[in-house]
Amino acid sequence: MRGWADSACGNRLEVLLSDMIATLSNKKTNRLTKILEHASGDKRFKILEAHMKKHQFKQDALIEVLHKAQELFGYLEDDLLLFIAYRLKLPASRVYGVATFYHFFTLKPKGQHTCVVCMGTACYVKGADKVLAAVEEKARIKAGETTADNHLPLLTARCIGACGIAPAVVYDGAVTPRQTPETTLEHVKGWIGHGN
Amino acid sequence: MVIDDLIEIAEKERASRKKYVIRCCMAAGCMSSNSKGVKEALDKAVKESGLEGEVEVRGVGCMKLCCQGPLVQIDPSPESSDPAAPNAQPAPLACVAIDGNSQGSLYERVTAEDAASLVGTLKGGKTQVQAGDPKHPFFTEQMSIVLANSGIVDPERIESYIAAEGYQALHHVLREMTPKEVVETLIKSGLRGRGGAGYPTGLKWATVAKTASQQKYVICNADEGDPGAFMDRSVLESDPHSVLEGMAIAAYAVGAAQGFIYVRAEYPLAISRLQVAIKQAKQQGLLGSGIFESPFNFNIDLRIGAGAFVCGEETALMASVEGKRGAPRPRPPFPAESGLWGSPTLINNVETFANVAPIVRKGADWFTAIGTEKSKGTKVFALAGKITNTGLIEVPMGTSLRKIVELMGGGAPDGGRIKAVQTGGPSGGCIPAEALDTPVDYDSLTKLGSIMGSGGMIVMDETTRMVDVARFFMEFCMDESCGKCIPCRAGTVQMHHLLNKILDRKATVRDLKQLEELCEMVKNTSLCGLGQTAPNPVLSTLRFFRKEYTDLLKEDLYGGPNGNGNGDAKEALAPII
Repeated sequence: MRGWADSACGNRLEVLLSDMIATLSNKKTNRLTKILEHASGDKRFKILEAHMKKHQFKQDALIEVLHKAQELFGYLEDDLLLFIAYRLKLPASRVYGVATFYHFFTLKPKGQHTCVVCMGTACYVKGADKVLAAVEEKARIKAGETTADNHLPLLTARCIGACGIAPAVVYDGAVTPRQTPETTLEHVKGWIGHGN
Repeated sequence: MVIDDLIEIAEKERASRKKYVIRCCMAAGCMSSNSKGVKEALDKAVKESGLEGEVEVRGVGCMKLCCQGPLVQIDPSPESSDPAAPNAQPAPLACVAIDGNSQGSLYERVTAEDAASLVGTLKGGKTQVQAGDPKHPFFTEQMSIVLANSGIVDPERIESYIAAEGYQALHHVLREMTPKEVVETLIKSGLRGRGGAGYPTGLKWATVAKTASQQKYVICNADEGDPGAFMDRSVLESDPHSVLEGMAIAAYAVGAAQGFIYVRAEYPLAISRLQVAIKQAKQQGLLGSGIFESPFNFNIDLRIGAGAFVCGEETALMASVEGKRGAPRPRPPFPAESGLWGSPTLINNVETFANVAPIVRKGADWFTAIGTEKSKGTKVFALAGKITNTGLIEVPMGTSLRKIVELMGGGAPDGGRIKAVQTGGPSGGCIPAEALDTPVDYDSLTKLGSIMGSGGMIVMDETTRMVDVARFFMEFCMDESCGKCIPCRAGTVQMHHLLNKILDRKATVRDLKQLEELCEMVKNTSLCGLGQTAPNPVLSTLRFFRKEYTDLLKEDLYGGPNGNGNGDAKEALAPII
């Protein structure tokens, strides 16, 4: 390597490379310093750190920590993931990989309300697809999207285990039994169409 | 804690029993219909009528008939409702929770406003509340082992479980049996894993027990991901201590000191009940170090899932417990040899663990007398879909599907006809109405191309289109594939595409043939259970409802009515469609 770098071209390349590494690591440290600075003033980070401490900063508690982080912040933004990676001494890629693997974690801010239509088999054969279609049509969004005014994210669930009362819809965390397109629209009508 | 303390708690609990017990279902199904409000109203009504000395309002676990919730049962006959009494006889055939012999009255769809009139019945008043029928086959045909305490004990009070002979099996095991004897009892009982695959539990325990490792783990798989299955949720919500006791016995048998329960994040109530249960068990010295003053230590930690179906697969589950992405790995080595952090690990399902304490308490012979030759004991099913009585049932293995669906479930509602029963979730298959006389056990269901699965049973009537159902499950598997192996990752997408094509009436015979080939390929070459079983819904619907597929096919372009091979076949086929 040395011999190769002796040539003028090699020298330039080496300089370029070291510059690049310097900028990159600088960027990284800068960003991290900023995050840590910000974190010191935010109570939620303190609670999160206390939670990590409870797990003795163990790396295998990553999922528990992410749960807590989402509970505190509502969603997992990049800076928050970097903070967790730094504190648990994990590569950022690993934290990001886990956060994106599981459906429960969201990397985008949530809307004001939530409407989760259960699409489990029992709900499906009892007409959950019609319930979903009705809301999709009314709110003019597809499942998984949020209305433009950020009022209503329309979500679906795999199965919430409420098969005895199918079809079930969860409005703002409250499981509601035996829904029809009509009852569902009645429920969400105040949440959509603001400003239209 | 010694046995005398345990007995003292049980005696005290039984002695404090009041003349009447009003049981109010506090499981997730009824809670969503405001059973919490009902319980509060009942408490208030009791106070107002001055019956506090005679009446106890008890929040209990699942009372099984979920479709009629919130359920409330008033039990005026102390003998029949004493949880300890029915256990004296082996195998009580009648449902314990709502005992056929009890004079207890069951009320359905109770609202908070009804509370006063319900309490009034104790003073000879009348009520307009819809009364349930505890003598309906839905209740009388059940046989409760796993659900014996469900709907009886208060899941948030350990004393209530102890009064129902709780933790006595653990004491017996720690004091009277060697680990080897425990494993032998389990082998003799013939208990098979209730998670779906049906591997003999005793053999699994023996494998882990045999390993020489110092560090071993016990994991309870409560990642009940199959859509349409809610048995494990109900067990955890209704009787969490039975699972803890089963795990502790397992840990003693295999030589583990640390346990984990991996629960879905979608079950917040089950999680909080487990947290309460673990805390109380620790306080009483039934978990922790030196349990029952023996050298045996055992701790249980909760691990909350984060919404990945594949984590129900044991190697993926262990990766998730380790805080990683839930991707499965090839087996062998099996978890029994090299599992969590490379240590031997015993993984069993919730229902399997819930069976352990009753087996130890009543003996392997009692258990082997129930069920069929190769499938012993009972199985809990979650009955849902197009059926009159939805809810939880526990029946002996070998009960026919017809009995479950038509007699207990009351058949399809509104005079509809049952077309098929889907078992095993996305890994299972559809059993046609003609095969309803099949006894439900591991082997018979496998023969029909379905599986026992964890116990979800979805009834479908004539209005359900089978190709649609197949697509529904394929979409599920496509979304839930972890992406590690190609057959599953790419195969499910292709199969989903072909099913869409069929449903859009754009497919030909060749597409159907390709679909079948793909099914075989994905089944044979996928890494884990998710991919290996993903084609099952397609294969089983093809086997029994092939006509529904072929009816949707358009004619092959080359042999189509236009005959020119590239004409607009859609237009030409319009009259046929």
